[in-house]
Amino acid sequence: MGIEVRGVGKRFGDFVALEGVDLSVRSGELTALLGPSGGGKSTLLRIIAGLESPDVGQVEIEGVDSTKLAPQHRDVGFVFQHYAVFKHLSVYRNVAFGLEIRKRGKDEIRRRVMELLDLVHLSQFADRLPSQLSGGQRQRMALARALAVEPKVLLLDEPFGALDAQVRKELRNWLRRLHDEMHVTTLFVTHDQEEALEVSDELVVINQGRIEQIGSPERLYDHPANEFVMGFLGPVTRLGDRLVRPHDIEVFLDAAAGTVEAKVTRLQRIGFEVRAELDAGTSEPWVQLNRGQAEALGLEVGETVWLRPARDASMLEVAS
Amino acid sequence: MADAIVAPPRIVGDPSIGRRKNTGRSALGLRLIATLYVAVLVLLPVVLIIWRTFKPGLSEFFDALSQTETTHAFELTAIVAGSAVVLNTIFGIGVALLLARYRFPGRGLLSAFIDLPVSISPIVVGLALILVYGHGGWLGGTVATIGISVIGSIPGMVLATVFVSLPLVARAVIPVLENEGTEQEQAAQSLGANALSRFVRITLPTIRTAAAYGVVLSFARCLGEYGAVLVVSGNFEGQTETATLRIDNLYELDLNADAAYAVTFVLVAVAVAAIVLISFIRRRQERAS
Repeated sequence: MGIEVRGVGKRFGDFVALEGVDLSVRSGELTALLGPSGGGKSTLLRIIAGLESPDVGQVEIEGVDSTKLAPQHRDVGFVFQHYAVFKHLSVYRNVAFGLEIRKRGKDEIRRRVMELLDLVHLSQFADRLPSQLSGGQRQRMALARALAVEPKVLLLDEPFGALDAQVRKELRNWLRRLHDEMHVTTLFVTHDQEEALEVSDELVVINQGRIEQIGSPERLYDHPANEFVMGFLGPVTRLGDRLVRPHDIEVFLDAAAGTVEAKVTRLQRIGFEVRAELDAGTSEPWVQLNRGQAEALGLEVGETVWLRPARDASMLEVAS
Repeated sequence: MADAIVAPPRIVGDPSIGRRKNTGRSALGLRLIATLYVAVLVLLPVVLIIWRTFKPGLSEFFDALSQTETTHAFELTAIVAGSAVVLNTIFGIGVALLLARYRFPGRGLLSAFIDLPVSISPIVVGLALILVYGHGGWLGGTVATIGISVIGSIPGMVLATVFVSLPLVARAVIPVLENEGTEQEQAAQSLGANALSRFVRITLPTIRTAAAYGVVLSFARCLGEYGAVLVVSGNFEGQTETATLRIDNLYELDLNADAAYAVTFVLVAVAVAAIVLISFIRRRQERAS
């Protein structure tokens, strides 16, 4: 196992940040910790790095009990949301930092740093100061700096959270490809479900200090354990007494087996997507269609249609 | 002389914010008043000191400065101010780290107390030190038995000088530490750096300009200290007579105004150099942020 967390709990005053958290991160995988802000995911990451200490529980990194180990002895790479660049050092010296601390030879440092700067496409900026780089470049530098010491695990705390949407998408693809090349055990925190679904091998959903569900992105999307996971990973609507994804509802113009009658109350087009809001008596679902489907059905406001969940739709009973 | 320059350095923020274009009649009027005010209060006296210093002639100026007692007074001032600045720098950085980085009971009180010395009259500081270290003072007996004389000698003068300039380095450094946070140190820690190398490689370079500013300010303040040192030193010519005391003694006791102005000029020159240095550091700081 790459990282093993057992029974970890942490309070800040009266606030329970984490409670009874168990987590296993397999070696070489890219795992996402997903959850709303204040849910405890960053605290868990910082506990693994040693930047916070748990009130109870244990942390093991590559088979070594690290619970009482100082951060500098844990061999983890940590990447911060706001980069935490060393402002007074050049890009080169930033990346070289961990190697200088470890007193590696000058030639070895030079070779390794240039190799990493190449990897993150910053070779031509080696002599610049971080203040001369863009946000995305700073974060790539921070990543190279964390990787320079060949950490046992790489921990990223909302690494793309401070970047604008375009750069964020670029960097997340790039992180995925980088991970496929390096295979370093990686745990990254995000509150962006799209990012988590797109990048990770394994997904851990955390809410209110507890783990809600662990599994592959597909599994969690298709078979959410509860309402929270289902709602956090994608859109949810209510049809009768069941929760279902709005793109998993079939629309018919005539009654069919298992359908309920509903009246179209509103139609809204967003690009290629069409959202139909309906009144189905006991519930008011909305359905997500593409333009082709909507046109084939010839939907109009006030019209009566029949709805049922698609055959392989993921569904949850509404908690009473 | 340097008592006035205690404003903390501006470190954060865009200097252009809140600045209006200086056009219009009211702005012109304000400028005129401000300029006149400063000219009458500051510029005129300084110019007059320079004029008065060199009126007797250059050779008289250098003769006055080469008197044994005067050179001794300068040496003593350098020793006292130098030691006070070193102590203030170490204490100031330590306290700044404590106040900026840690939350503990009594933190607010400590923060208020380190500012107290600049608001207390230096004479009071001197008298207080005599109460503590003087004959029959609280610690007077203790320091006497271990063979250190405080009152009437250099340790007392250093103490008095440290006291009056206590918060200057700390107050310069605290805003920078608060502004920068601890992420850089945490990053360094996760990269394997222990406490000492984090301090040397990250914290010190981060605060170096602010600390330099505080040090220069402290030094200027220490050079000019008069009241507290007057009380604790005993003011013995050629022994515990600093440059400021020397000026007063030359003027009041020796009735040698020419020599007094010569010493005064040197202190003014150093103060002006300090201000130039401070504005240079400030500009560097603004560019870096």
